[in-house]
Amino acid sequence: MNPAASIVDRLAGLAAAPTVSLVDRVYASFVSVETPLPIGPVLVAYTDRGINYVRPAGDPEQFAAAYRDRFQQPLRMPARAPRSLTEALRTGRTAQLDYDLRGLSAFEQAVLRKALEIPRGETRPYGWIAAEIDRHRAVRAVGTALGHNPIPFLIPCHRVVRSDGTSGEYGFGPELKRQLLAAENVNLDEIHTLAGRGWLFVGSDTTGIVCYPSCRHARRVTPAHLVGFRSVNQALAAGFRPCRHCRPVVAQPA
Amino acid sequence: MPVTSDLTARLSCDLDGVFAEVVEEFQVAVYTTALRIAGHAGDAEDLAAETFLRAYSALRGYSADRIAGLHLRPWLITICLNQWRNQVRAASRRVALAPPPTWDVADQAAGGESPSSRVEHRDDAEQLTRALRQLPPKTQIAVVLRHIVGLSPAEIAEVLGCPEGTARSHVSRGLDRLRTLLTPDSPEVLP
Repeated sequence: MNPAASIVDRLAGLAAAPTVSLVDRVYASFVSVETPLPIGPVLVAYTDRGINYVRPAGDPEQFAAAYRDRFQQPLRMPARAPRSLTEALRTGRTAQLDYDLRGLSAFEQAVLRKALEIPRGETRPYGWIAAEIDRHRAVRAVGTALGHNPIPFLIPCHRVVRSDGTSGEYGFGPELKRQLLAAENVNLDEIHTLAGRGWLFVGSDTTGIVCYPSCRHARRVTPAHLVGFRSVNQALAAGFRPCRHCRPVVAQPA
Repeated sequence: MPVTSDLTARLSCDLDGVFAEVVEEFQVAVYTTALRIAGHAGDAEDLAAETFLRAYSALRGYSADRIAGLHLRPWLITICLNQWRNQVRAASRRVALAPPPTWDVADQAAGGESPSSRVEHRDDAEQLTRALRQLPPKTQIAVVLRHIVGLSPAEIAEVLGCPEGTARSHVSRGLDRLRTLLTPDSPEVLP
């Protein structure tokens, strides 16, 4: 304490600057990034916390206007895209990126975080997400939340399909959904054909494990050993156990 | 203030392009207000960032004339204080039993000093902020804005929504009270 200093001088010493410039916290950034996806380049917006908005590349002004209306946040374009972002999009490893889901409901956030867990090359039915986030009956709400995914392609809502192997709805049209899945080596036609035979789940009679048909473990089963089931319960009754990787959902009693 | 009026003129033409300059120009004033009124350094950064976002959102809906006529500094500080009051109200609804916020005292104001003088500074700042907290709310805000943030009496009057003379008397009354509180042997200085 310095008793000699006047109180006014002492007060003036209490002014302070933030640790980093607030410009970086207040502004979001957006960049155009090349992808190997059928849609080509995408426009990606991100805040200091992570990615929060993605659209197929188009008019940047239109993208920015839509962003500002939705998020009420100023936008700027950095000289170049962050390396982590271009790398993740090039390799398809987008699950490891940071996402800023503020502004979405807790339910929507849970749905999108769960969709991020679906690996490339696999699909899950809408009911799987509902069951995994412990909202078994909210299957339709899951579909709505995925339909409003502000970060399509990176958060792979296109990997959530109907259990009969039809693609289900998609914000950019079902045809693009099929193309995106085909580019990831998902054979929807085959899943649909199996479903036509009443096989919504498949397993191997050597391992005794039951999976979704697109599961990486199911796809290794040779045709001679492949067995199909209408429900997980039916598989359990046959002595199978659910796969720990794709975690097929046991139907809830109505 | 020619600099500021030029800023508002340009802001009214190119909001996103020029808003970064507004943040750069006023972030110390807004952050200091947030820190000295609201408390914790981390909370103060959040509050300051929210203040600018709130301001941006408001500016999007303003006409060019209205933007050009704004006094940015008192306007931003008014937003900051409103945001803070809303947070306090929301927090008091959430947890009625939570302890009052502890003030994060001057750990930022002491950069570049020797350790011993920093400790001294810290003690001094702690004592000052504790005394400030004992002032009535309007008086506290007036003193903080005048002598820590550096606003003019006219700007303080805008923030408090009172005549300039009233703002001046809030400040001088606040300083008198602080002197009393900080006089050793004063019974009121005990924490």
